[in-house]
Amino acid sequence: MRTAVLLAEGAAKAMLWFMAAVTFFVLLVIVLYVLGRGLPHLTPGFLLQMPREMGRAGGILPAIVGTFYVTVLALLVAVPVGLGAAVYLAEYTEEGPFTRLLRFGVETLAGVPSIIFGLFGAAVFVYGLRLGLSILAGGLTLALMLLPILIRTAEEAIKAVPGDYREASLALGATKRQTIIRVVIPAAAGGILTGVLLGLGRAVGETAALWLTMGGSILRLPRSLLEQGRTLTLHLYILAMEGLSVERAFATAAFLVLAVFMVNTAALALLARFARRRSGG
Amino acid sequence: MRGAGKTGEKGERLFAAVLGLAATTAVTALVLIAFFVCREGWPGLERVGLLAFLFGRRWDPASGVFGVLPQLIGSFYVTLGALALAIPFGVGGAVFLAEFAPAWMAAILRPAVALLAAIPSVVYGFVAMNLLLPLLQGPTGGLGVSLLAGAVVLAVMILPTLIGVCEDAIRAVPAEFRQASLGLGAGHWQTVWRVVLPAARPGILAAVILGAGRAIGETMAVMMVTGNVYVIPRSILRPGATLTGTIALEFAYAGPEHQRALFAVGIVLFVFIMLMNAAAQIIARLAGKGEKAR
Repeated sequence: MRTAVLLAEGAAKAMLWFMAAVTFFVLLVIVLYVLGRGLPHLTPGFLLQMPREMGRAGGILPAIVGTFYVTVLALLVAVPVGLGAAVYLAEYTEEGPFTRLLRFGVETLAGVPSIIFGLFGAAVFVYGLRLGLSILAGGLTLALMLLPILIRTAEEAIKAVPGDYREASLALGATKRQTIIRVVIPAAAGGILTGVLLGLGRAVGETAALWLTMGGSILRLPRSLLEQGRTLTLHLYILAMEGLSVERAFATAAFLVLAVFMVNTAALALLARFARRRSGG
Repeated sequence: MRGAGKTGEKGERLFAAVLGLAATTAVTALVLIAFFVCREGWPGLERVGLLAFLFGRRWDPASGVFGVLPQLIGSFYVTLGALALAIPFGVGGAVFLAEFAPAWMAAILRPAVALLAAIPSVVYGFVAMNLLLPLLQGPTGGLGVSLLAGAVVLAVMILPTLIGVCEDAIRAVPAEFRQASLGLGAGHWQTVWRVVLPAARPGILAAVILGAGRAIGETMAVMMVTGNVYVIPRSILRPGATLTGTIALEFAYAGPEHQRALFAVGIVLFVFIMLMNAAAQIIARLAGKGEKAR
């Protein structure tokens, strides 16, 4: 009996180690494969040149610029709104039916698939407001998609600010608004920035919603926000599906993976530093 | 509030009102999304008829025939397949991280899983086209393009969600449960299997539903490897299509009537997602209540 139990314990543990190893192995294979096949073609020239022959030759400069525009636009719209929502949820409300409704909205919005955001963006921004397929329509759609993660991280960061800070500020005669702007938000800045970085990572990787709202068929440097634009993800999709250039697709994928990893690593490092400081170390 | 004159008070109230407005954006956006997708899609549904739309076996935009059954079944297959592949690894990985992993290993694995979640969906699709499809050429007797390929990619993509939410659920099980079981002479694994996992069941269920929701809604990666063929798939080894893939693939080239049909596909997708989200949130809340009652 005793040995049977020990055997089962050993087998179960071995199984769990095996599963963790497989999970890690899959990640390793994906990352090494993309980098291994992409990095050799990922030259400075590739990043800084215009594409030629639909992307069969040349570089990815317009896709980098397109990604930059749409991402910055989305963050410019979403960060103030998300931060405002987080401050309201953390500082101005008691838990009750109204906050439950607001939280339900945030949680549910986080689960809405990107293609549905794309349909909405097409109906409202592209056709309804007549922005056409454009960087502006894509950026506004993307802003809605980023709201949940921005609100959640900012609210947590604000709630983690010790109550003494607020009391000290209020005791000095500052109003609630002054306290929030001058004391609470600066103290929570690390956590808020982490959320912004996570949102940035998500924005850079987004595809489906932008495919429906931003187009992506134009391959030159965008001259205005009302033009179509192509992001790195859309460029990779088009290169891959039209079989235009395998090397350039791999190089684009490698660049995307590196970019997203850098943003996420920065976010995690920031979060770790933030957590350490909070625990008083 | 000394020093805050009449204008100060006005400023305070305005500030609070602006923040309150910002806080309602998410709920408002949700309502607007539902409204606009329905408004655009409803005429399409009405013209075809709800039953004919849901159970029609032919999707042929060129002749104005819109039956979404092939995509429904395709989405169903890839989602179920992904869950079947991902649940053992997701729950196993979560148990490993929460209960058995040495600290140094958890410190490597957790960021690794977070990075897995950060890789863009197109990159997954592209890697799968190059790595997975050649491996599946034998079993599928074709190019490897199949619902199975979609299921495998989705399994990898929902793994981080599963591991993350399951680990939280396992960590939320009170330490006394473990101590009581271990104190009675049970082994570590016995304790996990008989005590911890049953106690964490609602959280694990919520994780699975969340994972299913993400799988149904995922678009690019699935579309790149499933073939987008509108036939009722006879097996998971055959090519097929999904609800999301149809919308993404056809929207840009669709005429008005066709676009309305694609919005109608969006309604179907949205209803599924909302049902699953509601289920996950209710289960999570019940689990939270159960904990408080203890």
